[in-house]
Amino acid sequence: MNLNLSAFISGLIFGLGLVLAQMTNPEKVLAFLDVAGNWDPSLALVMVGALLTLGTLQRLIRKPSEQIQDTDLQTCVNPKAKIDVKLITGSAIFGIGWGLSGFCPGPALVSLTAGLAGGYVFVAAMFIGFLLFNSLHRGR
Amino acid sequence: MTYLTVLSSLGGGVLIGLAAAWLLFFNNRTAGISGIAAGILPPWQQGDAWRYWFLAGLIISAPLWKLFGGSVQIQIDAPLVVLAVAGLLVGYGARLGGGCTSGHGICGNARLSVRSIVATLTFMTTAGITVFLVRHGL
Repeated sequence: MNLNLSAFISGLIFGLGLVLAQMTNPEKVLAFLDVAGNWDPSLALVMVGALLTLGTLQRLIRKPSEQIQDTDLQTCVNPKAKIDVKLITGSAIFGIGWGLSGFCPGPALVSLTAGLAGGYVFVAAMFIGFLLFNSLHRGR
Repeated sequence: MTYLTVLSSLGGGVLIGLAAAWLLFFNNRTAGISGIAAGILPPWQQGDAWRYWFLAGLIISAPLWKLFGGSVQIQIDAPLVVLAVAGLLVGYGARLGGGCTSGHGICGNARLSVRSIVATLTFMTTAGITVFLVRHGL
């Protein structure tokens, strides 16, 4: 299949999953993260559904780690990659931002068509965060 | 949590897993949204077109869902300045940590990557603490 078409279909299915699960709703996500409040555990089920589905399908696909093309996320699939300070610090910082807003990257991008100022501001700031990483850690 | 919520949450998760498996199968790529999105910034490389197509599919999903009668609920209560700070932290943190809720939380965890499990536990913890401080502590 054409790589662009297959990527488009994957993005579309991904987005529909986020919308169906209401992960695109920051208040719903925050209710999941608010364990001490009126806790809404339903988003844990999103992860269960996704992990079971992907876990099963990738066993059938049998794609070895080496075949997966080099992206910065290669570290996720490389069994030899080490746990380092960057992983912990980056994830900790990411979590603070997620907890402040209820937005992670996918849902924030999906929210762009809702015409909400908060979504635009978050996505713009997120791309500035990407650029900040590039300028600080890639010597450019 | 109603029966319907259980179904839509599980169903949404199944779709996300399916999308990630699809990208893995056809494109040899992990469906890490922060990595895909950050890759559209310079320096541009050949063979990056798929990123735009993936993001286009992602963004068009909500209006398409509405077109077929679904409802899309997006409620943002945080002030704009908080969202700006949060976006900056999410963007920078995801890149530094090598992934976000999708790359580590779904793709990496599904491969039982130790890095991804550690990353997921870390960001779940700091997110939980942040929400606790904002809602109950400050």
